[in-house]
Amino acid sequence: MSETLISVGLDVGTTSTQMILSELVIENRAGSFAVPELEIESRRILYKSPVHFTPLLQDELVDGDALRRIVDAEYAAAGIPKKDVGTGAIIITGETSRKENARAVLHALSDFAGDFVVATAGPDLESVLAAKGAGAVEHSAKTGKTVLHMDIGGGTSNLALIEDGKITATSCLNIGGRLLKIAPDGRLTYVSPVLDRLFSKQVGDYVNQRGVLELARTLVQALEMAAGLREGAELLHKLVTREAGSLEAPSNVVLSFSGGVADCIETQQPWLAFGDLGPELGLAIRESRLCQGEYILGQETIRATVIGAGCHSAQLSGSTVFHQNVDFPLKNLPVVESVDALTRLDGPGVLVVPGEAMDFAGIRDLAKNLTASIKAPVYVATSGDMAKALGQALALRLGTDVKILCIDRVRLKEGDYLDVGAPIGPALPVVVKTLIFNR
Amino acid sequence: MNKEELTAMVAEILQGMGREPAVKGSDYRNTAPEPTKKDCGYTDGDFVPDVTTLDLRKLYLTENAADAERFKKMKLKTPARLGCGKAGPRYKTLTMLRFRADHAAAQDAVFSEVDTEFAKENDLLPTKTRCDSKDEYLTRPDLGRCFDEHNAKAIAGVIDHPPKVQLVVGDGLSSAAITANAMDCLAAIRDGLKLRGTETGKAIFVKYCRVGAGDAIGDITGCELVCMLVGERPGLVTDKSMSAYITYKPRTGVLESSRTVVSNIHAQGTPAVEAGAYIAELIDTILKRKVSGVGLHLEATS
Repeated sequence: MSETLISVGLDVGTTSTQMILSELVIENRAGSFAVPELEIESRRILYKSPVHFTPLLQDELVDGDALRRIVDAEYAAAGIPKKDVGTGAIIITGETSRKENARAVLHALSDFAGDFVVATAGPDLESVLAAKGAGAVEHSAKTGKTVLHMDIGGGTSNLALIEDGKITATSCLNIGGRLLKIAPDGRLTYVSPVLDRLFSKQVGDYVNQRGVLELARTLVQALEMAAGLREGAELLHKLVTREAGSLEAPSNVVLSFSGGVADCIETQQPWLAFGDLGPELGLAIRESRLCQGEYILGQETIRATVIGAGCHSAQLSGSTVFHQNVDFPLKNLPVVESVDALTRLDGPGVLVVPGEAMDFAGIRDLAKNLTASIKAPVYVATSGDMAKALGQALALRLGTDVKILCIDRVRLKEGDYLDVGAPIGPALPVVVKTLIFNR
Repeated sequence: MNKEELTAMVAEILQGMGREPAVKGSDYRNTAPEPTKKDCGYTDGDFVPDVTTLDLRKLYLTENAADAERFKKMKLKTPARLGCGKAGPRYKTLTMLRFRADHAAAQDAVFSEVDTEFAKENDLLPTKTRCDSKDEYLTRPDLGRCFDEHNAKAIAGVIDHPPKVQLVVGDGLSSAAITANAMDCLAAIRDGLKLRGTETGKAIFVKYCRVGAGDAIGDITGCELVCMLVGERPGLVTDKSMSAYITYKPRTGVLESSRTVVSNIHAQGTPAVEAGAYIAELIDTILKRKVSGVGLHLEATS
């Protein structure tokens, strides 16, 4: 007995916008004589859109209407009705996430794309999704090796350190193929402000391949520093995006590449093939210390992030959970780790209860304390396997008309945001977002 | 070989036994050096560490492994006795001791009895099937499914109105499982049923209990549903695993296929309280659908 869930992924990046539709197969892994244990057993991509240029109105505005038209056209091309889509994520990435109306466009689009489609942004999450979408996480899980994944896109490089199949750190650098735009005659039409003091040429100047390769080599030095393969950090600090976390790579990591630039690493492209920095960046990476040790190219390169968004954003809660009167989907619930922090929030939030599963008396006392100190609606995530028991203990005290949600088996920490969809059998689909925009 | 030949051979052997051996005892000598007695760090009267407290998921004994770290990571996922190393062709002493200790614990769980005060302390009605000893319980399953007149009367005397849900705790094949899990699980079931508007009365404790004793309780009380928490046959991983058997309209003679079972209730499986919350919901579903066991599964999938 298995259920399927159709999931949409949409990646609005610095340069490209892509959409995929995938099917998540959910199976009960426990035997028929035990408490159920639902898992996402497999993920299958049903449809991949072509790569569109991200529609911009002016340089500072995303064209929301054009994005809607892309989404509609791709649903039609896939032959999958929008109402069949159960979950998914829209991610706005790279430089596009810094556009003035990015947030508004994104939220409007997430409602437009499906019922439980979440809007996400932020370099940390992008790193996570790209590493999963490219297969780097799976590679680490299978081989037991520590992998440093680099998704090198148009505007940014998203880094994720993966140990034993678990992402332990992420970072993001302002390194991408589209930091320069070059006309077919070699004239610069765009120079990203992040190249300040790294590149002497300006818009209108002419460049040759050697000059571009030299810039690419400089940028790749920063990647080498991030991978712990080069001394020094000044350049690295200059190029780390301000929103991103930091990452310290241990020695002997396997490097993994995705993003549009990854396609230029092993395949030499003419330097003006895409009118940008991409081909030379790929060449510089191939010649650098990054490719001297063990490295892999992602199973997906330019589509890694969108596949991450479509296939890997949703996870399942434990299969013994509790909910009553909750209007699914719940979106953007801030996660807190203390009752104090919870009471300081303006709206509802999710309280994390750490520790192992408790005995009956422990749960009863916890429910007593919680009901005394927090107001409804009560949303709790436990790390021990005890959500259903805690939920019913809370419901017994608060009554059956109060909104209560208790989930387990979802790793959450303060500062995360949680989205919860309508139940699939006994479990709930959830999306954990590590960051939403800059606050 | 005929009789004469056989007689001759026996005679020859007997004759040979009287002779000097071809090799004298004093001719034997060791081909390997005598093992030297190592200092084990203990003296007489010391306690050695309790081998049963070691976490099997973390115990890795293989020497000179190619990649011990990787094996250890995989081992965390299973309590199976892997990566035990070896002493020649045999187990190491620690592996052997742990195996025997776990086996002893499993046997103890079967043969020991739930404390006589257990029922009283937890406000359960103490009863006993027709078995008079553990031996009889193990050899006569039929007697573990029914009550004598005295016990039947005791049940009927306390539970005088047919309850909707009758909760039962039975020792079954593991007393340890019941002591560790039954009361927490029972409390969570009661809470869960109360939340859904079903009150539960006094629960029954059954000594020398087989699952079928629930049917006899159904006969006596006329209840609509029996939920029995019973000790599972212990294995080498845990001796504390408990099951819940839920039977709708339990009466003597119901088919085994009409029972819904939730197994593996123990600290490393489904924790007792969480299992209780799940069982309460399951009972509620069974009461609504008026069917348990295979019928419930068929209904759910059709």
